[in-house]
Amino acid sequence: MGKLSWSAIPFDQPIPMAASLLIIIGAIAVLVLITWKGWWNYLWREWLTSVDHKRIGIMYVLLALVLLLRGFIDAIMMRSQLAFAAGGAQGYLPPEHYDQIFSAHGTIMIFFMAMPFMIGLMNFVVPLQLGVRDVAFPVLNAISFWLTASGALLVNVSLVVGEFARTGWLAYPPLSELQFSPGVGVDYYLWSLEISGIGTLLAGINLVTTLLKMRAPGMSYMRMPVFCWTALASNMLIVAAFPILTATFGMLLLDRYAGMHFFTNDGGGNLMLYINLIWAWGHPEVYILILPAFGIFSEVIATYSGKALFGYRSMVLATLAICVLSFTVWLHHFFTMGAGANVNAFFGIMSMIIAVPTGVKVFNWLFTLYRGRVRFEVPVLWAVGFMVTFVIGGLTGVLLAVPPADFVLHNSVFLVAHFHNVIIGGVFFGAMAGYNYWFPKAFGFTLDKRLGIISFWCWLIGFYLAFMPLYALGLLGMTRRMQHYADLTWRPYLIVAEIGALVILCGIAATVAQLVVSIRSRAQRRDLTGDPWNGRTLEWSTASPPPSYNFAVLPRVESVDAFWHQKQRGPATPPQHYAAIEVPRNSPNGFVTAIFAVVTGFAMIWHIWWMAILGLACAALTLIAFGWMERGEDHVSGEQLADADRARLGRMGPA
Amino acid sequence: MPSIPLSKGSGYDAAMVSYRARLSRSRSLAAFVAVCPAACCRAQGVLDPQGPVGSAERLILLNATAIMLVVVVPVIVLTLAFAWWYRASNLRAAYTPEWSYSGHLELVVWSIPAMVVILLGGVAWTSSHLLDPARGLQSGAKPLRIEVVSLDWKWLFIYPDLKVAAVNELVIPKGTPVEFMLTSATVMNSFFVPQLGSQIYAMPGMTTRLNLMADRAGEFPGLSANFSGDGFSDMRFLVRAVPASEFKTWLARTQEAGTPLDADAYRKLASAGGDTRARAYGGVDPMLFEQIVHTTAQPLFGSRPEE
Repeated sequence: MGKLSWSAIPFDQPIPMAASLLIIIGAIAVLVLITWKGWWNYLWREWLTSVDHKRIGIMYVLLALVLLLRGFIDAIMMRSQLAFAAGGAQGYLPPEHYDQIFSAHGTIMIFFMAMPFMIGLMNFVVPLQLGVRDVAFPVLNAISFWLTASGALLVNVSLVVGEFARTGWLAYPPLSELQFSPGVGVDYYLWSLEISGIGTLLAGINLVTTLLKMRAPGMSYMRMPVFCWTALASNMLIVAAFPILTATFGMLLLDRYAGMHFFTNDGGGNLMLYINLIWAWGHPEVYILILPAFGIFSEVIATYSGKALFGYRSMVLATLAICVLSFTVWLHHFFTMGAGANVNAFFGIMSMIIAVPTGVKVFNWLFTLYRGRVRFEVPVLWAVGFMVTFVIGGLTGVLLAVPPADFVLHNSVFLVAHFHNVIIGGVFFGAMAGYNYWFPKAFGFTLDKRLGIISFWCWLIGFYLAFMPLYALGLLGMTRRMQHYADLTWRPYLIVAEIGALVILCGIAATVAQLVVSIRSRAQRRDLTGDPWNGRTLEWSTASPPPSYNFAVLPRVESVDAFWHQKQRGPATPPQHYAAIEVPRNSPNGFVTAIFAVVTGFAMIWHIWWMAILGLACAALTLIAFGWMERGEDHVSGEQLADADRARLGRMGPA
Repeated sequence: MPSIPLSKGSGYDAAMVSYRARLSRSRSLAAFVAVCPAACCRAQGVLDPQGPVGSAERLILLNATAIMLVVVVPVIVLTLAFAWWYRASNLRAAYTPEWSYSGHLELVVWSIPAMVVILLGGVAWTSSHLLDPARGLQSGAKPLRIEVVSLDWKWLFIYPDLKVAAVNELVIPKGTPVEFMLTSATVMNSFFVPQLGSQIYAMPGMTTRLNLMADRAGEFPGLSANFSGDGFSDMRFLVRAVPASEFKTWLARTQEAGTPLDADAYRKLASAGGDTRARAYGGVDPMLFEQIVHTTAQPLFGSRPEE
């Protein structure tokens, strides 16, 4: 079938084979467990076909946590390789395998860990904070999620059938062109990201529409919680940037499949066209990830300081400034291409200017802590750890924005240390703060604090151990993506970095243990109030977990921190009147479309043309069929709402 | 090839001297912090520059770090101090739950990063021009022209005026500016000698320019700083900066003894992927570089083998 044959399965390579077997056995075990327990019906009804933004958000985060494990296994394999492969030694991973691992690590961590984590949190939180019942397009939301999951699945299939790209996570041509990468690895990369990229774009459109058109009565723009502002900025960037990614990969696909010459060495192609385009997406992408994290820190620091966020308007302005400026700096990713001094200086200075609104944010968090009553719950630890770590990443980032400094640091492991400093110290710490903060809202019980603290300290210490040596190594002249190196003086640093990765492993283990322990002891950690942290924004004004319709009666908003001020005015009184509402019915549209998307992607990767056409046709038919199907809505009557809401208020104790 | 001749004591030097003067105090602090991680062994790589470009870049690195540390260190200290002092259990600490705006503070909050960026922006603007890789270096000696071709997975150095070439070993006279022209006969690579300074991409079908100089004699490792495929890790070369007399000896020996680099020899060299031995060629067609730049547009060697 096409290029596919039995030789695509790595029977002769022990490490990929073992990994493949592990994945297959794991997948079978999960399926058997579900069948054994008879969970299929529940799973299908409540999750796979759910169009509830909260369920979809939770599935996004779950996907991110699973892929975090995969991405981390890649990371620790790389660190172990480099701890050994010094001098004449080649380590245990040959280049053709090592190159796949670093490419997969970057691809997975950005596209299938950080992105779903952030989109999941935004999906879950934004409608609740806005005081509305769902996102603008609930079914589209499900389609977005399942397309992202399809991409993640394809990346992992590459481990078992065929190979992954050996080109680095951005697949620069001409290395990623057919002439230099004739295998299916780059095709796996391209099709997974094309499919998940469409999902991300749809998710972005959905959230932008929600934020612009669907806010609770009284919630003007300047009364939106800061997290909603950052979500708005982030999703506008998605809408503006992801089409560039899709088009760029589309051109590379045309080169590879149709013999075109966008980026080839011959036929008038130009690799720099690709590199410009990919970073025109890639730099905004950085802010797509970090802006929601900034929003989370703003919420977390204000809530646990028991104090309004300092400089709300500055925060909004800074967020929007970053949003716009992020499109004006892409060239700093390749100062070394030999552009003139004016061009380099311009982009260097533009990159530095982004540090201004970012610096303002840091100061505003600082002054939010100032004269607060800081309760050291787990999310605050992540937030304070972030503030300390992130300014170091900011410093090295501005350093890299000075073109002549970049001339000696570009592509070195100093750069690797810098972007891990901002992505782990910024995005990931933010995601973990948000995960610990909103978990009780999602499930109605809090996460274990002790294990949460252990997880935080392991991550923090592990991060410093793993990446500070890389800063030093970069200055010593070590470049990234080396599979082995000659200079033995580098080795001690790489051994320290390996130890750091092991400490991070303990952090991940603590995170998993925290989840397991918390679920097992959920009865004792039940939160009936819906407001375990003395919150400020509307998501804390409803039950935990919220009912499918979020709010029995839509809240009226009169200020920023609407719920805080509502509490200041006295205990909540049940509304007099409950109006009947409609909630959208579940739809298998997203799940079924995604299955066909996987089939199409897999078929294109292996050049099985009939299957690709079939898969695409079925996906289109599914979308059309479900689109035309008249399914109506579920109705919830005023009495039902009133009963549920009064029961909730009763559970919260004497008002 | 156009380069910008600079007389002694002109712009380049004068500006660097004023940098040093302006920021000498902050420099020692930055030097301390930046070198700290490397303290367990002697300075190497970027921190141990052996030429004017590398030295200037190290200085910028240290100055910019120092300027930013002036803000970053207080922010870290204040973060920890505020978080500690305003902990919920400390009832002596003030608590103002509704305080969320102060015009004066906002002004300060926007000004501090803005001033840092104005200062660093100035550094970025002037240094981008002074250290533009294409800009010629001032020196009494006549510049040496070298053409660099990145191959799978090795470096070819052509001395067009001297009609010799070498693979993975770059011999240059110390104290002489070197004008590099670079291209790639395969995928993109980046030519980088950490101790000499600036790296630059070598790109197929295109040329880039780079000017470097070694002040002292010595052996400096060089490498490709842009991933180029499975053989990338071995894509290293050695720069040997030697006294002028020794360079003459090397040149004479290579011109006599080296095999000529004709079309056949080049083809053989370019297609031998993993063979990274250093070697030299006497007798090189001065048009070879030009031909490589143009023929990359029609690949000579077909695909890389699968697996």
